[in-house]
Amino acid sequence: MKKNLFNLLALFLMFAVASPGSAEITSLRDRSIENDSSAPEIKPYIKDRPPIVRDYLQQPPLIPHKVEGYKVNIKHNKCLGCHSWSNYKAHNATKISQTHFESRDGAVMSNVSARRYFCQQCHVPQADARPLVENTFSPVEAMKIR
Amino acid sequence: MSNKMKIAGASVGVLFVAFVVGILFWGGFNWAMEATNTEEFCISCHEMRDNVYQEYIETPHYSNRTGVRATCPDCHVPKEWVHKVVRKIKASNELYHKVLGTIDTREKYEAKRLELARNVWQTMKETDSRECRNCHDYDSMDFVKQGRRGHKEHEQGFANGLTCIDCHKGIAHQLPDMSEEDASAVLRAH
Repeated sequence: MKKNLFNLLALFLMFAVASPGSAEITSLRDRSIENDSSAPEIKPYIKDRPPIVRDYLQQPPLIPHKVEGYKVNIKHNKCLGCHSWSNYKAHNATKISQTHFESRDGAVMSNVSARRYFCQQCHVPQADARPLVENTFSPVEAMKIR
Repeated sequence: MSNKMKIAGASVGVLFVAFVVGILFWGGFNWAMEATNTEEFCISCHEMRDNVYQEYIETPHYSNRTGVRATCPDCHVPKEWVHKVVRKIKASNELYHKVLGTIDTREKYEAKRLELARNVWQTMKETDSRECRNCHDYDSMDFVKQGRRGHKEHEQGFANGLTCIDCHKGIAHQLPDMSEEDASAVLRAH
């Protein structure tokens, strides 16, 4: 019991020392905690543009068109309507990578593996939005298109 | 000779009554037909309300940028009178299956979905997607204002004699399991 009390006291002291005075706290929100933050501007997806160049190795290619209402479920995969091996030529689309046929054990399946079936887990459509924080990332030389 | 006026052997009074009765019957018939041609009527049965209607309210035909909406009869009932009456008579089959409870659970509905969808696709193919074209008129379509992909697909599609439904399946309702369908012909649309 005595030890418990001592621990509690130690904990209290730790916080008392570690936490800075409340006056120093500044929030990244533009208003106080009691007020609702302002709703961010709604940015429309880019409707349709040519393929977007990749910035780093193994980046999932970005979706250069709108995908609103595209269903991907057990019965149907809208994306594969154009991007499957059997359909990509007729639609001049990028074909799905062979890596997507592999199961997690490395076995090659006869069709898209279940773990790679839900396209938008990795591939995402784009909006014309400025980055929220400054970013100086630049692709390595080998990835730059001249 | 009687002093009453007669036209083709019938008195004016009788003719007038026949005229009014005619208007009432005709008006009543049309009223009943229009009453069955509202979204409210369509979703008064739970088969429609709980399945296809729920899927439809997530699509652009329900809610979109400009606020133009196509309701059930806009796509599923022809506008022209003769075609409309034919469709209404065919709908008696739907009433029959409503009574039988053919699709009165979600499971039954899903099991039948491919068959039901195929019926609609077949009809739309036969009519050259007439109900689509009531609004989406080829001659009013400006390809230049479409995305580069849509532009290309529309030009190719129309040139090859395809009709709207050949590509645009599952745009207002969820698709059935398409593995039995010819995927190359079906899954083109965006």
